[in-house]
Amino acid sequence: MRFMFKTDYEDDIKLFPHGGYIVTYGVLLAFLVVAPFILSSYLVSQLVFVFIYATVGVGLMILTGFTGQASLGHAAFLAIGAYTAAYLQQYNVPFPVYFLAAGLLTGVVGAMVGFPALRLQGIYLVIATISFAFIIEEILARWESVTHGNEGMRVKALQFLGTAVSRDSPSFYFLCLAVLTLTIVGTLNLLRSPTGRAFVAIRDSETAARSMGVNVSLYKVKSFAISAAITGFAGVLFAHKLSFISPEMFTLQLSIEFIIVILIGGAFSPHGAVLGAIFIVMIDPFLTYLKDDVPGMIAAVAATFGAGAATAAKIQANVAAFASANGLKGAIYGIIIVLFVLFEPLGLYGRWLKIKLFFQLFPLYKRATFKRQKIYVKSERNR
Amino acid sequence: MLDFVQQLVSGIALGCVYGLIALGFVLVYKATEVVNFAQGDLMMLGGFFAFTFIGILGLNYWIGFAGAVVAMALFGMLAERVVVRPILGYPQFSIIMATIGLGYFLRSIAGIIWGTDDLKIETPFSQGVLRIGSLVLAYDKLSVIAATVILCAMLYLFFNRTTLGTAMRASSENMLAAYYMGIPVKRVVSIVWAISAAVATAAGVLLAPITFIHSNVGLVLGLKAFPAAVLGGFGSIPGAVVGGVLIGVIESMAGFYLPQGWKDVAPYVVLLMVLLLKPEGLFGHHARKKV
Repeated sequence: MRFMFKTDYEDDIKLFPHGGYIVTYGVLLAFLVVAPFILSSYLVSQLVFVFIYATVGVGLMILTGFTGQASLGHAAFLAIGAYTAAYLQQYNVPFPVYFLAAGLLTGVVGAMVGFPALRLQGIYLVIATISFAFIIEEILARWESVTHGNEGMRVKALQFLGTAVSRDSPSFYFLCLAVLTLTIVGTLNLLRSPTGRAFVAIRDSETAARSMGVNVSLYKVKSFAISAAITGFAGVLFAHKLSFISPEMFTLQLSIEFIIVILIGGAFSPHGAVLGAIFIVMIDPFLTYLKDDVPGMIAAVAATFGAGAATAAKIQANVAAFASANGLKGAIYGIIIVLFVLFEPLGLYGRWLKIKLFFQLFPLYKRATFKRQKIYVKSERNR
Repeated sequence: MLDFVQQLVSGIALGCVYGLIALGFVLVYKATEVVNFAQGDLMMLGGFFAFTFIGILGLNYWIGFAGAVVAMALFGMLAERVVVRPILGYPQFSIIMATIGLGYFLRSIAGIIWGTDDLKIETPFSQGVLRIGSLVLAYDKLSVIAATVILCAMLYLFFNRTTLGTAMRASSENMLAAYYMGIPVKRVVSIVWAISAAVATAAGVLLAPITFIHSNVGLVLGLKAFPAAVLGGFGSIPGAVVGGVLIGVIESMAGFYLPQGWKDVAPYVVLLMVLLLKPEGLFGHHARKKV
C-alpha cells in the first residue's frame, strides 16, 4: 500500500502521481518503439489500426465520456478528415499542411454540429448525430466532382520531406504512435485545465455547472469541436493506412464500432480507449482463428476422452459449420456488448482497476466501492 | 396532379409502416424511458415467426399471424427480463447500447436460422388493386394504412381509458412514486415490452408482401422509424404515427420530385430542421428540470 501525501493542488493534478507510473509507461513506450522491428509485419499493421481507433476513441471520449454528450455520428468526422486529406493530396499539398487542414476543417464542422446540438438532450442528440452522419455519407456519395462518388478515391503514399512513407513502413507506424501519444497527453492536460473541469461539470450536472458560472453552451461547442478535430486527424491516418476510401466505409456501423471502443474499454480514462481499440481490432483475427483452429482442437479433446475417430471427425465438422456460419460475428458482437453493459459498465479498464484495488486492499476489498447508483425517480425527459 | 396523389398515397402507406414501428419505440419509451434500438429487429423476428407458421408449417394466414404475435409478445417479455431489467435506472446511454447489442444479436441469429434470402408470405392482400378513377391503390398498402389506424386508436384508448394504461403512464412519469402507489412496476414494464413486440410483429407481417422478410429489414426500417418517433415527440402515440406519415410522404415526394439521392436524405434533413426549431419534437411536451 502506497500512501500519497498531497500538500497542494499541483500535487493532485500531476500527470505522473508517483515514480511507478514513469517506469510502467516508460517500459510500454520502449516496447512500442522496438515493436516494429521485432513483431511480424501483420501484427505491426494491426497495431497501426489500434493506434488509429484509439485516437478516435480518445476523441469520442472527450465528447461522450467527459462532457456527457452521446454521439453516433463520429464516422462522419472521420470521413471528413479522410476525404480532406485525399482531396488536398491530389494538388500536391504537403503532408503537414493537409494533416492540419483536415483537423481544422473537421473541428469547424464539429463546432457547426455542436451549435444545433446545444438544444438537444439524450436521445434527441443521438438521433441528430445519426442524421448528420447519414447526410454526410450521402453528400460524399453524390458530390462527385470532389469525392468521386461511390467509386471512391485512391490515397497515394504519404510524402514527407521528399520521401515516400509507405503505409506498412515503420515510419508510418511511428507517425500513428506519435499522433496517439500526443492526443492522449493533450487530452490529459485538457482534463486538468479549467476547460476539462468544465466538461466534467457539464456531464455531472448541467444545472449545477451553469449555476457555478460555467458557460455551458460555449463548452459544449468546444467539446464537439475538439472531439471532431481529433477524429479528423485520425481520419487522415485512416485514409493513408487503407490507401483507398469510399463512402460506404463510413457508415453507422463504424460509428457504433467507435462507441463500442469506449464502452468496452471504459469511457472514463484514455486507457479505456486503447484497450477498447485493441479489442475491436483484434476481434476479427480472433474469430478467424476460432474458425480455423478450434474445431480441430475440440475434436482432439474429444478423441483423448475416448471418442472414436468417426465421432471426432463428426464433431469437428459440426463445430466448423457453426463457426463459419454467416453472421456469427454479429452475434458475438451483440453478446459482448450486452454482457459489458450488464456486468462491467466501467469496461476493461474498470475491471483492471477493480483487480488492482482488490490486491492493494486485500483482504479489505468490498464490491460496493464501485457500485453504480440507480436512479428510478428522475425522468430524463424532464431534464 | 394524379402523380401527386399517387405519390401522396404511397407515401402515406410507407409512412404508416414507419409509424407502426415508431409506435413500438414510443410504447416502450413512454412506460420505461428506455429507447429500444432493437425495435426494428423485433419486427424482423416477428416476420420470420409468421413465415415459419404460415410458409413452413402451412397454417392459415390469420392463425399464423396470431401465433406470431403471441410468440413475439412472450419473446418481448423475455428480452426485457434478460437485457433491460438489470440496467433499469442506469443512464440512458447504457440502455441504448444494450439494445443495440440485442439488435446485433437478433439480426445475426435470424440470418443463421432462416438464411439470407428474401422470404415472402402469401397474404390475402398480396394480390389485387383498388381503382378509384385513374388512381391505383394496392390492397397490401391499404391494409397497412387500415391496420395502423386501428392499432393506433386501440392503443390510444388503452393508454387513456384503462387502469393498466394509466399504471403505465404513471410508471413512466415516476417509477418510484408509481411503486409507492401500489403499481407493480416490474410487471407493468414486462407487459409494455410484450405489447411493443406484438405491435412490431403486426408491422412485420403486414409489411411482408411489400418489403419481403430478410434479416436486415428491421435495421433499414428501424432507422427510418426512429426519426419518425423523434419527429412526433418520442412519447406521444399520435405523434409517432403523424411523424411516420410525414417521413413517409417526404421520402416519397423527394424520390419523385427531387434529384436522385435526396430520397434517403430528405427525412433526416427535415428531422434536423424540426429538432432545431422544436427540440422536443412536434407533439412532445417540454418541461424544465427541477433541481
